[in-house]
Amino acid sequence: MIEPSAASVVPSTDPSTYLPAQAITGDLTDQLLETDFWTDEMVAGAGIPIIDVPFVTVGSGIGSFVTVDYLRIAGVPTSQIRVLGALDKPWQTYEYLTRVSQVPRPERLRSDSASRPDNIWGFPSYGFAEGVRKFNLKILWQLFSEPIFADYYTPKAGNAFEQLEREKNRIGYDEMLVKGLVRVVRRRYGGGYFTILTPPEGASATKRVAFRSQYVHVAVGYPGLKFLPELQRYRTENNDYRHIVNAYEAHEHVYERLMQVPSTVVVRGGGIVASRVLQRLMDDRLLHGAQTNIVHLFRTYINGPNDGYGNEGDPRPGGGKPRMFMRRRGGDGWAYQGFNYPKSVWGGQLKAQVRKLDGEQRAEIYKRMGGTNTPWRKLWQKQMNQGRREGWYTCVVGAVEDMQPNGERIVNQVRTAQGTIPIEADFVIDCTGLEADIAEHRLLKDLLEHGGVTRNPVGRLNVDRSFELIGTASGAGAMYASGSSTLGGYFPGVDTFLGLQVAAQEIQADLRKRGFGKRIGPVRSTVQWWKWLAGSAP
Amino acid sequence: MLPTLNGRLQTRIFMLVVFGGLITLVLTPILPDDPDYKTTYIILATVLVLGIIWELIYHGIQQFRWEKDWPTMFGLITAINEGALVWLLVDIGAVPGIDADSVPFWAFFIDFSVIWFVVWIWTNGPMRVPFIRWRFFGGRII
Ligand SMILES: Cc1cc2nc3c(=O)[nH]c(=O)nc-3n(C[C@H](O)[C@H](O)[C@H](O)COP(=O)(O)OP(=O)(O)OC[C@H]3O[C@@H](n4cnc5c(N)ncnc54)[C@H](O)[C@@H]3O)c2cc1C
Repeated sequence: MIEPSAASVVPSTDPSTYLPAQAITGDLTDQLLETDFWTDEMVAGAGIPIIDVPFVTVGSGIGSFVTVDYLRIAGVPTSQIRVLGALDKPWQTYEYLTRVSQVPRPERLRSDSASRPDNIWGFPSYGFAEGVRKFNLKILWQLFSEPIFADYYTPKAGNAFEQLEREKNRIGYDEMLVKGLVRVVRRRYGGGYFTILTPPEGASATKRVAFRSQYVHVAVGYPGLKFLPELQRYRTENNDYRHIVNAYEAHEHVYERLMQVPSTVVVRGGGIVASRVLQRLMDDRLLHGAQTNIVHLFRTYINGPNDGYGNEGDPRPGGGKPRMFMRRRGGDGWAYQGFNYPKSVWGGQLKAQVRKLDGEQRAEIYKRMGGTNTPWRKLWQKQMNQGRREGWYTCVVGAVEDMQPNGERIVNQVRTAQGTIPIEADFVIDCTGLEADIAEHRLLKDLLEHGGVTRNPVGRLNVDRSFELIGTASGAGAMYASGSSTLGGYFPGVDTFLGLQVAAQEIQADLRKRGFGKRIGPVRSTVQWWKWLAGSAP
Repeated sequence: MLPTLNGRLQTRIFMLVVFGGLITLVLTPILPDDPDYKTTYIILATVLVLGIIWELIYHGIQQFRWEKDWPTMFGLITAINEGALVWLLVDIGAVPGIDADSVPFWAFFIDFSVIWFVVWIWTNGPMRVPFIRWRFFGGRII
């Protein structure tokens, strides 16, 4: 069940959305598509209108937004920036993904108090602002005592969106937004780049519009969703998109059905999305009377201290021993961690450490810090404990070998340590959230083939410490990237608000060295902060 | 906070010199039992020198934390061990330039606590306003 509006949100890799059925004016020619460096004449010759602007950012999501926010604060006027993308509001895709994965506006996000995409300083933090505004001592105590005596404070989704809206209006974001899908970015003969945009039908006289710019920033979010192969096979073979859903698809119908008919649900995955989905199922059971039985399927079962290689007792690659200084809490199947990486990747020791690593060594530390994990939260522990006690929440460890339909139900053949066992369920919710390869994304694939882009040690876009895409320089121009497609670089926490801001800061500093925008030194920074507080334009 | 060792030391020195220096300047004349500037500044310097050793210890403790972070609370409660040690050394006369039993306890207590509290508050928020790179670079200022 894919929500119709999702199509416009999750970028489609379907070529038909990029290539017109018949030739109309101002379209890409074969000659253009085959050439890595374009001249102005080639583009003009194809009848594609050219718009000059020094900086474009591709994506129009949160990554584009925080980068533009930094540039505006560095004194770049709106006339020198264009945001190219399909989203009306920068948080649109994000809100869609959080909502379907069970974080509607009143629920809390995962990231911490100082991860504020609407405020480059992270001060006042969300928690401090909320605590002071409502004079809520509980929140202030939580901020003081986290993570020792309290769960990490995390902001409400709705609050984050409202604050983003305020900042969007403050920096004049809408003046910079040009709607459409970006088909390719190619280097320009003589320096800079051409970014080819396909505007929505009717918005332009030509099929494509070219933006000629010195600088390009690529923040296209997730290349696409990858479904587990056995789930995908089942769905297509049985034409059943109702009973097997991915947590990132709209799947409200599952919860509605569970409220009416006592059923069994298999939840797959051990990350935060699984936690959220379990909370929803358990809330419905405990507060609204659903009679759902939950079978939680773990592929790797974490039973104690662990790292990205699994339990400490598990064999390590190369026979190495678990390290004394790298022990993460875990239990009941889960690896516990506040955020998707250890906290210090966003500013402390681990950030400094990875910044110095290359190749194999970098891949290895990603492996150690990575792995699926979820925060330890009081409410979740309480619900799971009750479920275990009362027998409606059980865990199974293993891999699904096969799935067959049985009437309205699904039989999962799960290979466990005790042999293969059948598990019959009414619904399967896949929370494994695998991300597709970057080459699944049309624009990124083109950049790999024609833009000089290479892959980093974990296979994604290779960026250097300033987030410039290695190999893409074009004369005095530079191309940057941030977000999940750059995971594996010198900075690990890329796919988060704070990570996008770290990237934006580096990009801004690099642009400033090239003469674009001003330095954000202590004086400018302080003055700009007051403007932020007052809500006046930067 | 997410400090690196280098960042810890830089932040410590910066905070004690700037805020410690200013607060001591303002506070000394109004402290109970009239300590002189020489005494209060020697004590400030003692906190700074010992603080560098403490930071090495804290850095060591931090290694046992998976996240390699330094929770907000730790930044405040370490006032207890640091304050106690400095007071002990001051009181027994182990600090050069200060005689044993010459410093009034409440003067020390007030001066030390005010500085510590202001520095703690500043480190946990406002510092990020003038120095936007500081929090992403482990507390390094240069
Ligand atoms: C469920 C979920 C919860 C998360 N929770 C948190 C959290 O609590 N805290 C946190 O810090 N991070 C969180 N993240 C991670 C991350 O911060 C967000 O996903 C964030 O939205 C990433 O921003 P982005 O700009 O990279 O991608 P997006 O915000 O998705 O924006 C990229 C956009 O680019 C557009 N695009 C793609 N291709 C093209 C093209 N060819 N032409 C034009 N436009 C294109 C698409 O519309 C896409 O939406 C979460 C992620 C998920 C999935």
